[in-house]
Amino acid sequence: MQRRRAVNALMTGLCALGLALALVPLVSVLWLVLSRGISALDLDFFTALPSPVGEPGGGVGNAIAGTFYIVGIACAIGVPLGVGAGVYLAERGSGRVGDVIRFTAEVLSGVPSIIVGIVAYGLVVLPMQRFSALAGGVALAVLMVPTLARSTEELVRLVPGVLREASLALGVPEWRTSLRVILRTALGGIMTAVLLAVARAAGETAPLLFTSLNNQYWNWRADQPTASITVQIYNYAVSPYENWHDKAWAAALVLLLLVGVLSLAARLLTRQRFGAQR
Amino acid sequence: MQPASETLAARPPGRLSRIAEPVRTNFPDRAWAALLAVLGAAVLVVAVVIVFALWKLSAGVLKHTGIASFVINSQWDVVRDVYGALPFIYGTLVTSVVALVISLPVSVALSLFLTEMSSPRVRTVISFPISLLAGIPSVVYGLWGLFVLVPVLRTRVEPFLAKTLGFLPFFQGPPLGLGYLAAGVILAIMILPTITSISIEVLRTVPLSLREAALALGATRWEAIRMAVLPYARAGILGATILGLGRALGETMAVTMVIGNSPTISASLFAPGYSLPAVIANEFAEASGALHTGALAALGLILFAVTLLLNVAARTLVRMSTHGPSRAAS
Repeated sequence: MQRRRAVNALMTGLCALGLALALVPLVSVLWLVLSRGISALDLDFFTALPSPVGEPGGGVGNAIAGTFYIVGIACAIGVPLGVGAGVYLAERGSGRVGDVIRFTAEVLSGVPSIIVGIVAYGLVVLPMQRFSALAGGVALAVLMVPTLARSTEELVRLVPGVLREASLALGVPEWRTSLRVILRTALGGIMTAVLLAVARAAGETAPLLFTSLNNQYWNWRADQPTASITVQIYNYAVSPYENWHDKAWAAALVLLLLVGVLSLAARLLTRQRFGAQR
Repeated sequence: MQPASETLAARPPGRLSRIAEPVRTNFPDRAWAALLAVLGAAVLVVAVVIVFALWKLSAGVLKHTGIASFVINSQWDVVRDVYGALPFIYGTLVTSVVALVISLPVSVALSLFLTEMSSPRVRTVISFPISLLAGIPSVVYGLWGLFVLVPVLRTRVEPFLAKTLGFLPFFQGPPLGLGYLAAGVILAIMILPTITSISIEVLRTVPLSLREAALALGATRWEAIRMAVLPYARAGILGATILGLGRALGETMAVTMVIGNSPTISASLFAPGYSLPAVIANEFAEASGALHTGALAALGLILFAVTLLLNVAARTLVRMSTHGPSRAAS
């Protein structure tokens, strides 16, 4: 018995060690991004254009704007498709076709994002003969659709069936019931899902490398190469210049703040929704 | 008694709120149904488009080189238009295996700790940092890997490994920092949340009665886990592992930044190598002509096919484990 107790204690200790091991890199990453990033951060960093090597100052204003621009394009394409597919799965997807779509969505959400970049290159960059914000947006939209479809389905299924029945019994046509009753009830949750998808898309680098490429200047045209904060971090990090490394850390801090704020907003929305129900 | 239980059994199971199939006679309702069907089909269209685009881009080079020789050739010479995928396939596999070897024990230990050994409050507190770990963009991991992990590996870990385990071919050669080992460690950190969260999901579906039975027979907590919980959850944890593997194979930025980017094959984990996503990331934008682009797209096709198979296998395993075997077919 003594030996078995000892084994039990040992394994419990090892499992707790697993927890400690998992937290070490997290703390290290967050601490370094914060401590190294904050020193190079000032107001200019958010508004100015990148400065050439060796010149002090400069910022990543165009890259921040570019990320918002590309993610905006991705939302315009991906959100209607993803949410629509989710509504379809929840409302009509109980048959064989629904199962196939559901499984495809699950499997697609595991496809590496760099593959999606190649696809967007073939679909948009090659025909247009140039790198563009549109191509980056298409790539991110393709990444958004499967995850959004799955989470939307779950959220729409949460809407109580009696709401639909009540609406239909009052003579409201089916399409209005779907739009005005079911979707409106699930809207808060869907907003959360969209915010999470946006946070994920904003952090993507690989699909942008050869779709939206990069740009040293401000750009608001969808058919031109566009800077993004993630690609900018990558370029700064792999450059041989010390002061560009500092900028990479600062830009990483900006990116983490952006992603963090989006996820936090999503969390707050969820809490509010559940709070109201209880 | 007999008739009562029979009527209960005869009642159709569940779905009381289900409405009879509606008769759609008015135009707006039919239009709405059609719109939804089109949007639902979007997911399938995306899948088809991915396959089609990859195939179209890479068909040329696969015809030029032949699929088999493309896969087994270890030469990657852009200038002479010689394209072989082997160094990249090798690097991808080696880094992913290193990642699994490190990550699997830690993830399983962590998920066991959270589901079996700690209070619900600890669980909710800890689930937040784990989700944070999953939310950090991969380029940030790459940055951290390049400036924090690689120096540590070069100055401390690799010399130590060479001294203690240097008789193995994996731990020989100069400690460069950049290489398979660095990429493997970064990947281990990145797939940890994936394996952990799915393992937790799987462990939660293990019936409480199994644990109670083991404990009632006098088993210690660890014995209950080993003899009752783990056997039940084995398939699901395997599925979680395969999902983690799929993520490791396709991870791009962090690996690109620390693997050293050299299209060679070395037994030593200290040596620089290359992986499928990394070479695509580095060369695609500046590809020198249709053959080069095609070769890179063909690497993408290989990666896509492998991750697709792994995902199908993993999803099936996880479903089997969390819904029972009957659901696996659906």
